[in-house]
Order: sequence, then structure tokens, then C-alpha cells
Amino acid sequence: MGLRSILDNLAPHFEKGGKYEKMYPLYEAVDTGLYSPPNVTNNTAHVRDGIDLKRIMITVWACTFPALFFGMYNIGLQANEAIAAGNGTVLEGWRELLIALLGGSGHNAASLWDNLVFGAAYFLPVYATTFIVGGFWEVLFATIRRHEVNEGFFVTSILFALTLPPTIPLWQVALGISFGVVIGKEVFGGTGKNFLNPALAGRAFLFFAYPASMSGNAVWTAADGFTGATALGSAAEGGVTSILNSGITWMDAFLGTIQGSMGETSTLAILIGGAVLMIMNIAAWRIVAGVMVGMVAFSLLLNGIGSDTNPMFALPWYWHLVLGGFAFGMVFMATDPVSASMTNKGKWVFGALIGFMVVMIRVVNPAFPEGMMLAILFANLFAPLIDHFVVQANIKRRIARVS
Amino acid sequence: MSEIKKVLTEPLFGKNPIAVQILGICSALAVTTSLKVTLVMCVALTLVTACSSASIALIRNQIPNNIRIIVQMIIIASLVIVVDQILKAYAYDVSKQLSVFVGLIITNCIVMGRAEAFAMKNGPVLSFFDGIGNGLGYSLMLISVGTIRELFGAGKLLGFEILPLVKDGGWYVPNGLLLLPPSAFFIIALFIWALRAWKKELVEKAEFKILPNTEHSGGH
Repeated sequence: MGLRSILDNLAPHFEKGGKYEKMYPLYEAVDTGLYSPPNVTNNTAHVRDGIDLKRIMITVWACTFPALFFGMYNIGLQANEAIAAGNGTVLEGWRELLIALLGGSGHNAASLWDNLVFGAAYFLPVYATTFIVGGFWEVLFATIRRHEVNEGFFVTSILFALTLPPTIPLWQVALGISFGVVIGKEVFGGTGKNFLNPALAGRAFLFFAYPASMSGNAVWTAADGFTGATALGSAAEGGVTSILNSGITWMDAFLGTIQGSMGETSTLAILIGGAVLMIMNIAAWRIVAGVMVGMVAFSLLLNGIGSDTNPMFALPWYWHLVLGGFAFGMVFMATDPVSASMTNKGKWVFGALIGFMVVMIRVVNPAFPEGMMLAILFANLFAPLIDHFVVQANIKRRIARVS
Repeated sequence: MSEIKKVLTEPLFGKNPIAVQILGICSALAVTTSLKVTLVMCVALTLVTACSSASIALIRNQIPNNIRIIVQMIIIASLVIVVDQILKAYAYDVSKQLSVFVGLIITNCIVMGRAEAFAMKNGPVLSFFDGIGNGLGYSLMLISVGTIRELFGAGKLLGFEILPLVKDGGWYVPNGLLLLPPSAFFIIALFIWALRAWKKELVEKAEFKILPNTEHSGGH
């Protein structure tokens, strides 16, 4: 009980009238992060559950770990393979010094350690920047607005970092997460009141503000001078044949040994995390199922229609599933409880809308090779409307029953 | 005199047409990508608002009430056509960039709003200055937005290089979002936020307040 009594002794300083009254949100965050919150409901009739918002958020955070560690390994694998094949050279700089310090300077693509160290040297600085800058805004708003610092930011920060390409400059990361947290969330009142997914809002900001660092052929592998079309890029040029010609099999894409955003390549690792989330009832399985249904149905339809000029029409659904950010978006972004639909029927519609839009953007819109981010943001805007209609339909049905 | 001063200065902040009354937003989004175009638009709108308000105030007692909007529109439209023709004659490039937005001054809510709300009830001199004041309020907002967008979106101001771009060997990476229309929304919104933080009386009373779900007793 040592820690508990230390916290209790500190408490008066942070509560109303105390010396550090303004810092209360920070104290509260540490306290309730370590122990269950002290507040209890005084009224009757209340659903009780051992899990609260903080534990939910931490679980989501932990469930990204398979994707995260595989992502780090894959960043190293992609870069080291490119370096070994002579397609790119080592990017000199502080990151390379760090890699050398940890014994990864051999750049041996067959060595797990070399790859992991390489990936960590690229991912961890991005994540640290996200966490420090985003956390700064979070605490600033919590202090001024007197609300609590919420663990939701753990999730936002890791999801944001995982969707970025490894070569992104750190100052852009800082700008992106600032936009995501401030404009995407805090101006609407903070956690629980945002209508867009803050991580995606931040990513969308970077995507439109600095397209050269966020898209194209040069940003996905951290080796100097390396350019290579992403799997989606080659699919846009020549469909499945084009992807297979570039040496990527479906299994590669499923396991994630292809270039791409830091945590988005491995469908398998993402689905492992997603399965845990859905079994624990944290991520809504209806949304995930809705996304799948929408995507499969619409891509089958487009397969049926066919096109002579656009090879993307013929891309089968199981390729859509493993390419780009589809799996990551479906499992972690679409299921964000705040910006998704709340009603059970609404979740199906919301998911299906995402699945439909992502295929629509990937196949029909030539300006964007990837559409998951835009599809989810689009569906976020419709989530309240979907819920409204579900609720109205329910009211109508029940009135019809009595009259 | 003090009345004139009042109608000139009030629309700058406290009754700013864009930030407080949320009028004339569409042109604020469309013409602010470069400062030069913004300036021309500001001058055009200020002149049209001032002259139309003065003319309408002059004949306000003769206008039949049923068709007053049509009469106002005719006066505004004539003035806009004059401005448009002058721009085409003397500043053809800018007029090209402004395209339909000069014509759309006719339907700009600020011009119509001032004619309907102020010029129909006040004398021509006061109405003229009210038009100028509102034009200045609009200009203040637009020029601020235009400065930010051109400076950080293209590294230039009025076409002169301020922040040397990376692609020309400098250090500044331009923010492409600022050249897209949504960025004007964000910037205007941030201005509104700042204005309301500064002038608390602009903040409306909350319609309702969510009660906390637990009593915070403090301590354990």
C-alpha cells in the first residue's frame, strides 16, 4: 500500500484549493491509471462491469502489439532487402548511429535482430514524437477545460503512428498529431465528443498537406534512393498479374512482408489483435463484419461488371483484404466506439458503407490508390445519421405494435 | 460623428460579418489562396457594399415594401457589373482568377444583409460608412486568411518569395492543404475561436448542461 498512501498524501495538493489545483488532471491520470477510480455511482440501476474506459483503451493499445512488432520487423526487412539488392543505400544520420549502437549495422535481411533494430529505430522516434506532442495538447486542454486526461490518447497515438510511412519527417508527425488531437477532438469537447476518428483526422491532414511524404513510390521503404510501387500501386496498373510480377504473392501480402505503412502490412498480425478485441467485446464485431460484407459484395459486383481500361475492376476481394490499410482500418479504426454508429443495426450499415466506399475509391477513383482512410472518415460523418434512422425506425415499429 | 465611428469600427471585431455573423463564407473560401486576388476581392466588395447601401438609403422611402428585395438586387447588380467591367478592363488576370466570384458579390449575404438590415432604416451617409465598415470587417478576415494561406501554402506573399521552398533549394516544405478550400474553413474557425475567447460576450448561453454522472467527493 506504499504507493497508494503516497498518492493519497499528495491528493490534497491537487484538489480544489490545493497548491497544484491546476494540475489536477495530471494527478488524476496517474492515480486512476494505477488504481481503480474512486468515484462510484450513488443511484440505483446501473450496469456493473469490471472493465472501465481506461482498461478498454489499454486493451486496444495492447492489441496493436502484434501489428506493431511485426511492423518494426518488416520495416527492417524491406529496407535491408533493398540495401542488399543494391536498390537503395543506407540512409545516413542519427538513426543509422542508433542502429549501429544496437548492433544492427550489418543490414542483414536474414537476421531477425538486424531487422527489428532497424524497424525500431524508425518506428519508435515517430511514436515518441506522437506521444509527446499529442500528450502535450491533451494535458493542456485537460488543464484548461478541467476534464480528465483520457487513456483514449494511448490508442489514438499508437494508431496514428502505425499508419504512417517509415520515412516521414518527425516535424510532420508532430504537426499531424497536433491537428488530429486539437481540431479532430478537443475543439468538439474532448474524448467522447469527437465525430471523426482523431488518428485518421491527423493522418488525413498530413496526406493532403504533405502528399510527397505520405504517398507515392519513394516513401514506403527506408532506404536511400529506393523507389518501388506499392502493391496497390501495381494493382492499379495491371491488376493481380502486375502484383504477382513484382514478386508479391497473396501469402506475402497476408503475412505482411510487403512495403507499406509501418503497422498496416500484416493482415495476419492485425487479425490476431482484432480477434482478441472482438472476443473481449471491445471492438464491435458487427462493424468488422459490415466492412467485410460491404467490401466483398461491392468488389464481386465490380468483378462482374468488368472493365477493359481499368484493371482494378478485376481485383478479387481477397486481394482487397490484404492490400493497403484495409485490415488495419477495419479492425482498429472503424471500430472506434466514439466515431462509429452506436446502434446494433447501425453498426452493420456503418461498416458496409466503409466497405463499399473503400472499394469505390480504390477502383473507380484514379486520384487515390488507397481509400481506407477516406472511406472511414466519410462513414464517420454519416454515423449519427445512420443511428438516427435506426432509432426512428425502432420507434415507428413499436408504435405500430400498440396502435 | 460618433455614430459614423461606431458603424465603422463595430464590424471589425464585435460584429464582424464573417467571424460573428458567419456571412459571406463562400467567397472567403474561394478567393483566399493568393493574397493579390484577396485584396482585389476585398476592395470590390467594400465598394459595392458602401455604394449600394448609400443608394438604397437614398431612395428607401420610395421603395414599395413588397418589391424591396428586387429593387435592392437591381442596384447591387448594377454596381457589381460596373466593378466587373472595370476589372476586366484594367486587371484582366485578376479578373480571370476571381472568375464567377465577382458576379457572385450580387448574392453575397453581406451586401444584401447590410442593405436590408441597415440601409432601409438609416440615412445615406451613415449607410455608406456602414457599408465601408462591414467591407473592412470582411477584408480584415479575408486578408488574414489569405496571408496565412499564401505564406504557408506557397511560401510567398503577393507573389514575392518569403519562405524559400525546398524544391527551389530552400528549406520550407509547403503545406499543400492550405491551398485547398477546406483549409480556409479551419483558419476561419480558429479565428472565430480566438475572437470568442477574447470577447466573452459573443459566446451564447449553453442550451443545456450535462450533469456529471457521479458526485466527485474528493479523496478516497
